[in-house]
Amino acid sequence: MFVPCGESAPDLAGFTLLMPAVSVGNVGQLAMDLIISTLNMSKIGYFYTDCLVPMVGNNPYATTEGNSTELSINAEVYSLPSRKLVALQLRSIFIKPFCEKLLSWVKSSGCARVIVLSSSHSYQRNDLQLRSTPFRYLLTPSMQKSVQNKIKSLNWEEMEKSRCIPEIDDSEFCIRIPGGGITKTLYDESCSKEIQMAVLLKFVSEGDNIPDALGLVEYLNEWLQILKPLSDDPTVSASRWKIPSSWRLLFGSGLPPALF
Amino acid sequence: MAATFFGEVVKAPCRAGTEDEEEEEEGRRETPEDREVRLQLARKREVRLLRRQTKTSLEVSLLEKYPCSKFIIAIGNNAVAFLSSFVMNSGVWEEVGCAKLWNEWCRTTDTTHLSSTEAFCVFYHLKSNPSVFLCQCSCYVAEDQQYQWLEKNMQITILTCRHVTDYKTSESTGSLPSPFLRALKTQNFKDSACCPLLEQPNIVHDLPAAVLSYCQVWKIPAILYLCYTDVMKLDLITVEAFKPILSTRSLKGLVKNIPQSTEILKKLMTTNEIQSNIYT
Repeated sequence: MFVPCGESAPDLAGFTLLMPAVSVGNVGQLAMDLIISTLNMSKIGYFYTDCLVPMVGNNPYATTEGNSTELSINAEVYSLPSRKLVALQLRSIFIKPFCEKLLSWVKSSGCARVIVLSSSHSYQRNDLQLRSTPFRYLLTPSMQKSVQNKIKSLNWEEMEKSRCIPEIDDSEFCIRIPGGGITKTLYDESCSKEIQMAVLLKFVSEGDNIPDALGLVEYLNEWLQILKPLSDDPTVSASRWKIPSSWRLLFGSGLPPALF
Repeated sequence: MAATFFGEVVKAPCRAGTEDEEEEEEGRRETPEDREVRLQLARKREVRLLRRQTKTSLEVSLLEKYPCSKFIIAIGNNAVAFLSSFVMNSGVWEEVGCAKLWNEWCRTTDTTHLSSTEAFCVFYHLKSNPSVFLCQCSCYVAEDQQYQWLEKNMQITILTCRHVTDYKTSESTGSLPSPFLRALKTQNFKDSACCPLLEQPNIVHDLPAAVLSYCQVWKIPAILYLCYTDVMKLDLITVEAFKPILSTRSLKGLVKNIPQSTEILKKLMTTNEIQSNIYT
């Protein structure tokens, strides 16, 4: 359930909700970190649930000693009212089904639309997908009505249908998002509940997924224009997103000097 | 796929957690017998509150039954030994109930446990001031059981240990002066900690995180003292690393005779050492 930080629940009517799916490479979550950190979004509440593994730590977006001691938990909500953006960050994996609780909050919050940032196993791509851009999008029917023209103008690739059972040649075709965690479930449920939802994903492999996260936020930015449009200089792309302090030591502590 | 240090190629664990598509298919294939087994397992894993002496269950949640001003929780054998020696021996504590639980880890619980070999988290209150509670939890509480545990309206102190290799630092963990203390506190905890706060990017999970998350969300003042150590079994030096907490408000008035407590602690260690001889 949503628990506000302050006394009353904030008004999110008409806001765009950005959220990650816990998926391969944690790309959606990394992308959310970049968005929250770069836009300096303020925490407005917690999504308190027993569906996620518990975890706590000090402020992952700390910039000074002063703001480094605020406790963060596994599911938090941030907002940027000036851009009508609200962000849900999930920091641990599921132990129970979560979709229904999440979508019922989305509906009751009054958010106009939801954008899910996700990823899918790159090794599951077919030949055509291997040769094209690694980014894909999906829109629920109610979302299609409002943004189809904008998306068309961006020349984006829609997520292709593939064999429901890959090993069987005459299997039916359907949308599959292997490695996408609950992305497919969220999408299907939103279709049936008529929630305006878009899924933006990238084909990735596990490893250092920071470049994938940067790619995914730039992809989102083409649409939402969170930051100014990208210039031709590729080095600018990485530096304009603020890497949060919690990304330090992603691959472990320092090495013992005695090794050398 | 990934290669390990030994040259084997193994399937790399996917951080997406569950492959939901496979799970959905399994759900569709679940027979009534499977469902019954799953429900039985869920019932077995329920956390139950009961009175150990009478083996009757506590229907009313513990803290609704007794008002509470202070709640100290020790999680893990070193934290439990610290509270046993320094706090429980300085006053008269009465057992008010316990949380009994079963999970795959508790099933193989180490028989050199300080307390009973069954998996209990035991709750006590101080006879001279019954609003002060203490909980000794030396069993493993699984993720799905951690949330069943919690309550309201007091100041909470949690003590636990973690292995020093869990601590992320730009230095090598081998050079750290372990054991050492770090703290995490909720927004409403206004006192200062007796040690540095846990630096980014370190995090805490398991039961201590579940308790602290609850306190942060519901605005309860709470502090977690985390001892990073390289010895996870019961160890004198690790337990003594908690000593700075004795001077804080959390334990104020609850600790009387430190030299006597230190003696009691040493005895606890000796008992444990005999049992841990690999030849017995």
